[in-house]
Amino acid sequence: MAELDTSSGGGKKGGKVRSKKASTRVDLTAMVDLAFLLITFFMLTTTLSKPKAMDVAMPDKDEKTQDQKPVAASRSMTILLGANNKLEWFIGEPGKSQPTTEGYGKDGLRKTLIEKGKEVQQSTGKFLVVLIKPSDKSNYKNLVDVLDEMKITNIQSYAIVDILPSEIELLKRDGNY
Amino acid sequence: MPRVKVQRKSTAIDMTAMCDVAFLLLTFFILTAKPRTEDPVPVDIPASSITQPIPDDNVLMLTVAEQKVFFTVDGNDIRKQTLNQMGDKYGVKFTPEEQTKFSGTPIFGVPMNQLKQFLQLDAAQKKEYKQPGIPNDTTANNELADWIREARKADVALHNKALRISIKGDNKEEYPTIKKVIGILQKQKINKFSLITTIRAEAKK
Repeated sequence: MAELDTSSGGGKKGGKVRSKKASTRVDLTAMVDLAFLLITFFMLTTTLSKPKAMDVAMPDKDEKTQDQKPVAASRSMTILLGANNKLEWFIGEPGKSQPTTEGYGKDGLRKTLIEKGKEVQQSTGKFLVVLIKPSDKSNYKNLVDVLDEMKITNIQSYAIVDILPSEIELLKRDGNY
Repeated sequence: MPRVKVQRKSTAIDMTAMCDVAFLLLTFFILTAKPRTEDPVPVDIPASSITQPIPDDNVLMLTVAEQKVFFTVDGNDIRKQTLNQMGDKYGVKFTPEEQTKFSGTPIFGVPMNQLKQFLQLDAAQKKEYKQPGIPNDTTANNELADWIREARKADVALHNKALRISIKGDNKEEYPTIKKVIGILQKQKINKFSLITTIRAEAKK
């Protein structure tokens, strides 16, 4: 208890007049109220979920690098990000294989990536290489979504590359630009 | 028959222990609280499955929304040093008062010629002020690139560390703006940076 023993031991034999000591007990209710008010305030203002950081490595733009190896067309997959949250993908070189229009997410891109990744692994014994080409009509969310799919489907080699005019034509033709 | 009187107990409860706990918790929350920097424009961060948290310090953050770019760098000393270097570069002299004000400004997005005017405003006015974003044309007027470069220099000079660059973009931001920012980074040979995301809400089927 927040009080001190104020009873004077013994009786009141001596005729001395003791001044009565006031109790040292303090009413803490108001203080507790205040403390909890402040706790509530700080709890509500602290952000519990910190933002996450997705690391991205861009290909080196330096033109001097000579030791770039060409990737076989059979195991390179190009993803074109178009307007209205649609994307197109094709394997190999543009123009030679027909692109497929698809949506983002679990049933769209992820399925394709897993399937194609397995196919390429079986036929060539090497990993799938993915080129991500966002068009000017795509938005930032699309880019993050695709990068996230790369992480989910565990694709090792991917790169964000500028889109070619011929690929914009493809998007236009299919109404995704 | 005399009624049996139930002795009333005092309703006063001992508050000491409760008070102790309350203040302990209060201390904890005060110490862990970090002042939240408010973005001058609403930014809706995209979701992803990444769980790696953003590092606590030594971060340069570029907030991209509504085709505008805003600049954030941690550390008052770095901010001050960056401002002085930028002042030298653009021939603008900043008074010590302005330097102090700038080092207390966590996020800004104004061109150099409006910076002095912007620093005169108080907190409420700053919120009202429509910040035009830092000019980031790829041609002559590329102040954003200079800001990034000077901040990196300042960090190396003061702490001998390399700044971690991160981009915080809005969901609906169109790709050309992002591309421009990435282009600026790549010009400075920054090929590694982070994109800020939040955790995707579960059970979305």
